[in-house]
Amino acid sequence: MSQTIQSNEWIVPAVQTVHILSIAAVLSSVLMIDLRLMGFLGRDQPIARVSERFRPVIWWTLPVLLATGSVMIIGEPARSLANPVFQLKMALLVAAIIVTLSQQVPLGRNPAFWELSAGRRGAAQVVAALSLALWAGIVFAGRWIAYY
Amino acid sequence: MEIDTLLRSLEATYVATAIRENESLFPWVESFHVLAITLVIGSIAIVDLRLMGLASRERAAGRVASEVLRCTWAAFALAAITGALLFSSNAFDYAHNSYFQAKLAFLVLAGINMSIFHWFVGRDIERWGIPPQATPLPARIAGAVSLVLWIGVVAFGRWVGFSLHPTPLTG
Repeated sequence: MSQTIQSNEWIVPAVQTVHILSIAAVLSSVLMIDLRLMGFLGRDQPIARVSERFRPVIWWTLPVLLATGSVMIIGEPARSLANPVFQLKMALLVAAIIVTLSQQVPLGRNPAFWELSAGRRGAAQVVAALSLALWAGIVFAGRWIAYY
Repeated sequence: MEIDTLLRSLEATYVATAIRENESLFPWVESFHVLAITLVIGSIAIVDLRLMGLASRERAAGRVASEVLRCTWAAFALAAITGALLFSSNAFDYAHNSYFQAKLAFLVLAGINMSIFHWFVGRDIERWGIPPQATPLPARIAGAVSLVLWIGVVAFGRWVGFSLHPTPLTG
């Protein structure tokens, strides 16, 4: 399989294009939810509504990223699981998923969870900033894999 | 040719030389470029899908557009600046690369599509009625065209990396 991917030189850039487009979908969805949690966007609609709109995009696109990412690992010998930047990227991904779940799970129990008190609103802003930093970090690590 | 002299002198500038010769500068600028581009296309897709009537239908198209496009423009500014820096580091080769030329052409087409929408198709966007009323056909077409063009920009951009550098990994 590795040979098939390498001998068809259009496969890697094509798969990378799908990978980047998928990242675009996830990152923009994360951005919309986080900017709402921070109070910068869409304050005329409840946090839960914004989360409902963009949450499915995040979770449905992650398997696509996993699949295209696997093809890149298999197809390019220099890209390997042992690459320290790849390992960093996976660590950031786990952290980002945990933070994203910590935003969304409470909303499932109580749609107003993040708006109940000044303390909760403050916490929502901190978690949103952390989420943005982690997801952006994943993009950075992804680009740096190629240089290690 | 005049333009080639210009490209060569752009490559010779201090900034271009630094990006070309410093080992980590190119990947850093490139990382910001990728981050910016994902935000440009992701946010513009939100607007395009709304125009096509495929998502965010409970919200007025005008509201979605005015809100999300602010993110798009901010990200686009970052993408343009970082893109110009990357271009300067190897201006001659980029300018003569057909994938790069195609990427720029698609970018221009996306700009034209957006201008047509701004000045004609979407001029009365605030009066399109209460959602989930369908958007006018020209608006749906503009959304679809925009989506296709931006996907093309990303694809050609990826192919530039693979056709320009000696090793596929730096692509």
